[in-house]
Amino acid sequence: MVIVDQIPDLVCPAGSLPALRAAVDNGANAVYIGFSNTTNARNFPGLNFDMDEAQQAVDYAHQKNCKVMLALNTYPQSENWPLWTQALQSAADLKLDAVIIADLGLLQYATKHHPELSRHLSVQGSATNQYAIAFYYEQFDIKRVILPRVLSLTQVSNVVEATPIEVEVFGFGSLCVMVEGRCIMSSYVTGESPNTSGVCSPAHAVSWEETPNGRQSRLNNVLIDRYQPNEAAGYPTLCKGRFHTGDDIFYAIEEPTSLNVLEILPKLVNIGVAAIKIEGRQRSPAYIAKVTRIFRTALDAYKASPDSYQPDPAWLQQLQHVSEGCSSTLGALHRPWQ
Amino acid sequence: MRISLGPIQYFWPAEKVYDFYEQAKTWPVDIVYLGENVCAKRREIKLDDWLRIAKGLSAAGKHVVLSTMVLLEADSELSRLKRICNNDSYPVEANDLSAVYLLKEVREFVAGPHINMYNTETLELLSHLGAYRWVMPMELSAQILQGLQKNKPDNLETEVFAYGHIPLSFSARCFTARKHNLPKDKCNFLCKQDEQGVALYTQENSKLFNINGIQLQSGIPCNLIAAIEQMRSLKVDVVRLSPQMNNMATVVDMFRKAIDKEITQTEIDLWLAEDSNNSQWCNGYWYGQPGMDWHKQVSG
Repeated sequence: MVIVDQIPDLVCPAGSLPALRAAVDNGANAVYIGFSNTTNARNFPGLNFDMDEAQQAVDYAHQKNCKVMLALNTYPQSENWPLWTQALQSAADLKLDAVIIADLGLLQYATKHHPELSRHLSVQGSATNQYAIAFYYEQFDIKRVILPRVLSLTQVSNVVEATPIEVEVFGFGSLCVMVEGRCIMSSYVTGESPNTSGVCSPAHAVSWEETPNGRQSRLNNVLIDRYQPNEAAGYPTLCKGRFHTGDDIFYAIEEPTSLNVLEILPKLVNIGVAAIKIEGRQRSPAYIAKVTRIFRTALDAYKASPDSYQPDPAWLQQLQHVSEGCSSTLGALHRPWQ
Repeated sequence: MRISLGPIQYFWPAEKVYDFYEQAKTWPVDIVYLGENVCAKRREIKLDDWLRIAKGLSAAGKHVVLSTMVLLEADSELSRLKRICNNDSYPVEANDLSAVYLLKEVREFVAGPHINMYNTETLELLSHLGAYRWVMPMELSAQILQGLQKNKPDNLETEVFAYGHIPLSFSARCFTARKHNLPKDKCNFLCKQDEQGVALYTQENSKLFNINGIQLQSGIPCNLIAAIEQMRSLKVDVVRLSPQMNNMATVVDMFRKAIDKEITQTEIDLWLAEDSNNSQWCNGYWYGQPGMDWHKQVSG
């Protein structure tokens, strides 16, 4: 019989106060937020927190024993460096539970000036192996690393074993197939990337048009996809477009699909990941509530009776419904090799 | 300003690689980066073979740097990285912080273009850890570079990617295998058939990306030859040219002449317009625009 001492923390996204309450009320152990500027990788119009809202977020979450972390996961450039250091000061003033950072310079600054703030290495920091993690740990005493979505389950397990710090993995949401922090496809087409501007395929570059060939989506005028009348149209992210290499038109990079680890949750728990992260600060409070609730239920169910854990078909169905392209995948985690 | 040959990004047959570097011995390049940086499965040329190539290039007066992988996952990949970092003859280009971890305070290294370096604080840290050169990340502009050049450590050289298909992203997935409907672990090394990758077109037939195994590159190559004077004024030390199988000698020659001011703007324009390999170029990143854009340089 398997005995589970510790289940991973459930880390949920919040792009607004209502989303934060939804996450907290439905069982998140921690929520992550961003300020309304380029200091975080979901710098979307109408999203994120100012200082007052962040204070309310902290009050609400802490009262219910839920941690609050701040995503500072873009790469500051010299001319706007103070924006990031001010955000760090705000995180310290708000007594946040952790800051999630990618940039080497900023990590160094945080280590020196705010040693009391827990530092987590953002997925944008691109640490995909034990030596890279060892580098960040040695230089900046990071408490946790969030792994890019490119590792197989065995590789995740090896990393957990080889590193002295906490390991967080993504459990659900939109799936980057590229190594995070190392993809500039968005700036190649639009001038703005997650690293520089906190956006991938920014909304202001998107346009839609109805044509005799069907509905078309464009990004800075580049045709990303063309939809038949009965096809559901997705957001024109570059890696989810349909292209060709001379013959068939196909999803050359990735099908629109969501990551979902419910099926392998026991394995993730048993290899010792410290936290499971839900993607989607851009999502609605209703979405956050639903996904948080299902993952809370699943983690608790596994803890209560590890031997009989099976993902409930009803959970899967509900998650499928909110997934991109109404389908889901284990991504790199299911890879058989290495 | 010196010229470097970046690492070969494609999976060329070993013979072609040896031929390429035989020719490179006679080209007016100063620095040659050697090694596989894209896919861990491309192992036809072993470290000892690379070291042999390195020796020949050194004897021909080139500075050799061993370049390392961008995406490292498996333990076997880390072992190979370790062997490269422990070589006792040549400096190493780190393209992941795992390499910096192995190289720091042990020997000088080049911080490659795939290390995220966006501000002075990061450059100072890497210099402190032993970097003697940094290669500017592809998406940064001349304007950003200007700010960084003002405050960077004195002994840190600056290199700029100036020619070739721009590496844009890396994945655990192989897009060449995907195109052939094969899983990555049974890829049959089909990328070896593509000496310059495979163009990926939009449904309107414009070249968007270039598929190179687990890497996606810019659909059209970058060419910053018209920005050489600006690079000189920004005190760029090294201009990086990314290898292509055909006509590389011409590319090197054109850049050499541009650096030595032995070529007119008209001649540059003519080459850009009539190069047999490429009908289109991009240079947008340098000018603070989308990378795919072509900014027509005003003469002078």
